Amino acid sequence: MNKIVEARFLAPEVKLFRIEAPKIAEKRKAGQFIILRVHEKGERIPITIADSNPADGTITIIVQGVGKTTRLLNTLNAGDSILDVVGPLGKPSHIEHFGTAVSIGGGVGTAIAYPTAKALKDAGNYVISIIGGRSKDYVILENEMKQIADEVYPTTDDGSYGFHGFVTDKLQQLIDEGRIIDFVLAIGPIPMMEAVAKVTKPHNIKTVVSLNPIMVDGTGMCGGCRVVVDGKAVFACVDGPEFDAHAVDFEILKQRNRVYRNEEQISLHELECNYDKMFNEELKKQKEQ
Amino acid sequence: MAELTPKERMAIPRHKMPEQDPNERIKNFLEVNLGYDEETARREAERCLQCKKPACVAGCPVSVKIPDFIKMIAEGKYKEAASILKEDNALPAVCGRVCPQEEQCEKVCILAKKGQPVAIGYLERWAADWERRTIGLQIAETKPKTGKKVAIVGGGPAGLSCAGDLIQMGHDVTVFEALHEIGGVLIYGIPEFRLPKEIVRAEVDGLKKLGVKFVTNYIIGLTETVDELLQRFDAVFLGVGAGLPYFLGVPGEHLNGVYSSNEFLTRVNLMRAYEFPNADTPIFNIKGKTVVVFGGGNTAMDAVRTSLRLGAKRAIICYRRTEAEMPARVEEVHHAKEEGVEFMLLYAPVELRGDEIGNLREMVVQKMQLGEPDASGRRRPVPIPGAIETIPVDVAVVAIGNGSNPIISSTTPDLKVNKWGNILVDENTMKTNKKGVFAGGDIVTGGATVILAMGAGRKAAAAIDEYLKNPDIW
Ligand SMILES: Cc1cc2nc3c(=O)[nH]c(=O)nc-3n(C[C@H](O)[C@H](O)[C@H](O)COP(=O)(O)OP(=O)(O)OC[C@H]3O[C@@H](n4cnc5c(N)ncnc54)[C@H](O)[C@@H]3O)c2cc1C
Ligand SMILES: Cc1cc2nc3c(=O)[nH]c(=O)nc-3n(C[C@H](O)[C@H](O)[C@H](O)COP(=O)(O)OP(=O)(O)OC[C@H]3O[C@@H](n4cnc5c(N)ncnc54)[C@H](O)[C@@H]3O)c2cc1C
Ligand code: FES
Repeated sequence: MNKIVEARFLAPEVKLFRIEAPKIAEKRKAGQFIILRVHEKGERIPITIADSNPADGTITIIVQGVGKTTRLLNTLNAGDSILDVVGPLGKPSHIEHFGTAVSIGGGVGTAIAYPTAKALKDAGNYVISIIGGRSKDYVILENEMKQIADEVYPTTDDGSYGFHGFVTDKLQQLIDEGRIIDFVLAIGPIPMMEAVAKVTKPHNIKTVVSLNPIMVDGTGMCGGCRVVVDGKAVFACVDGPEFDAHAVDFEILKQRNRVYRNEEQISLHELECNYDKMFNEELKKQKEQ
Repeated sequence: MAELTPKERMAIPRHKMPEQDPNERIKNFLEVNLGYDEETARREAERCLQCKKPACVAGCPVSVKIPDFIKMIAEGKYKEAASILKEDNALPAVCGRVCPQEEQCEKVCILAKKGQPVAIGYLERWAADWERRTIGLQIAETKPKTGKKVAIVGGGPAGLSCAGDLIQMGHDVTVFEALHEIGGVLIYGIPEFRLPKEIVRAEVDGLKKLGVKFVTNYIIGLTETVDELLQRFDAVFLGVGAGLPYFLGVPGEHLNGVYSSNEFLTRVNLMRAYEFPNADTPIFNIKGKTVVVFGGGNTAMDAVRTSLRLGAKRAIICYRRTEAEMPARVEEVHHAKEEGVEFMLLYAPVELRGDEIGNLREMVVQKMQLGEPDASGRRRPVPIPGAIETIPVDVAVVAIGNGSNPIISSTTPDLKVNKWGNILVDENTMKTNKKGVFAGGDIVTGGATVILAMGAGRKAAAAIDEYLKNPDIW
């Protein structure tokens, strides 16, 4: 049982939790994640450790409610507990002094990119952060990024805030302006990461993406999280989750992430039927915040 | 009743295990074998000739005093029977169900020469079940506290048996387990219909009562390293199992519907996917579908029989050798056949093919024949040129074994492992090359059996006790 000490919404359906996990707080490095479970019959889901505070023994996670488990999780509040939390899992991000590094986050991907962007800054890089959202409400962590990045560019698909366009349009603009970019980190929906890889490939810019295959144990025991990189199958939970964007087979990743689409709909429907009330209250609170 | 003569004993036929009807049981996850009743157990026990030099004891990897416990059953002294079993076997209710008796004790039973061996496994199970159900697991006496602390890494049979012995020796024992539930393969791998989880949980509860501490969701290597453990514990036992699934390496292995047996069984057993949507973890919808399982071991039988219970219309075992070479327990193969599993023997997969959205649709298999013996002494299967077939399938489970998970070895660089990643130990003490660190079970032997893992855990416990008394013996 891991107690939640702080919980607040950052954007619609995107909630930040600070939870007690002293060992993990002490150990974790940028790029690593946890696996959690919210109830006895719950699924094990991976969530990135966005930040940690070894002094008070807490870790921060930022969760986007997309299906049953994440939405259930987002109904929890300070004082509640998360049943199971295990980690830190995965390889830490590879951090070095590249020169100029661009961190691109799409949606909740910004939360996943944040700790690595911070580590890149600490390693002496000039960090440019691009934060993508559907519209103004979906741009998250802008203030946090401003603390650690040298330049921050919010982008929105509808132009309601910041740069009007996709994160790739902003990246392309920087390249076209003749900015020298030595490293790109791109985390978000698969089509976004794929698009970033396409933009950077012709310019030979080293690009890393964080993959989000379906996981179970997170220790290399089941092979469910296998992804194809450089034509070889590797396990994202132990060999990743970060990989060279130009070597990833995105088609296989997309296909494998579709496998339970029907079951995910069933779960969500069931949750909505049972938790309608809970949700309405949650939404009300969200609006108030 | 007068003592039976050997002739009279031999005249009693072996008693069949009562079991759920095959047509019924494929619709549920309840245990297939129902267990003897008391009368049957006693009659079966009377078949034992009480050999002076019992071959069965020699045939048992941990030398359970078989004639002695059977004699107690015959005499109605069930509590004694259970306690004799537990002197050598920490998990009799488990081993009675999952040991390959036909390869061990029962194979060398004197009665097997003329007819059918004594049903040692069924009797072991019966005595252990009797204890659990009738008087509750008997808590062993524990020695006075020594103040020494031992960390056990991994909550499988090796770790549990090591913990059980050490706590009785008076040491302070903490088990660290990566998953959210204790039991190792007994919980996440072997299905409910063969080993009810209630039995494993009762064993774990028994250890808790003795004072063993359990920490779940804790991965040694990641949450805390072996070296860090050594700073707060006097000794460490590594019983982390095998836990790295092998794949076939054929095209199409990443199609949707293709699983490793570890993933397939973990989803169903540990995560209870068979209750979906009442449990949240999904599994491919198998109702009315065709499922193929590659492999011929216990894991393959567990996966194929699980698929029937999930509603598969056709369930196939595809194995590249013949039935004689199958490593699975005979009873599992027999049960699988009764349940309607089809056996495609001497076939090896060469390709898996899918549809336009990436779902598995068919397998391409190569017919094999047996050639010269290989390193394992078994005749090597060789392809028959041109004998290729294509068969429609919706789900494939790869059950061809496990390698060693590298989390411990990669985070403990000075720990010696062989080229397959198995931890190297001294056979008598289970000592590794690292002071204070012992290891046993599948991580040392590669995928083996519950009884061997259990035996290794106990051997290590004895050596750890020695070491704690006198750390200079290292
Ligand atoms: C290494 C890693 C780090 C991640 N970090 C974060 C994060 O910081 N914040 C965040 O909001 N999300 C993160 N995710 C994604 C998150 O795990 C999924 O959104 C979540 O599992 C969805 O579960 P659900 O039941 O709510 O939704 P579902 O309806 O079950 O699924 C929605 C989508 O999530 C994916 N998914 C489903 N089950 C799993 C699973 N067991 N493991 C992985 N993906 C799954 C599927 O592709 C599916 O399309 C991360 C994923 C990975 C692999
Ligand atoms: C499906 C299946 C069916 C089987 N059927 C039979 C059978 O019928 N008869 C038989 O005798 N044998 C059978 N076996 C084999 C038998 O189960 C194993 O040989 C036995 O369980 C090995 O025991 P162990 O304690 O070494 O490892 P495991 O049972 O694998 O337990 C190891 C435990 O350690 C945990 N762990 C791993 N790494 C770490 C870490 N870094 N930190 C903390 N914890 C960790 C794991 O999560 C696991 O719980 C079967 C195996 C499988 C997979
Ligand atoms: S999640 Fe099971 S191996 Fe990666």
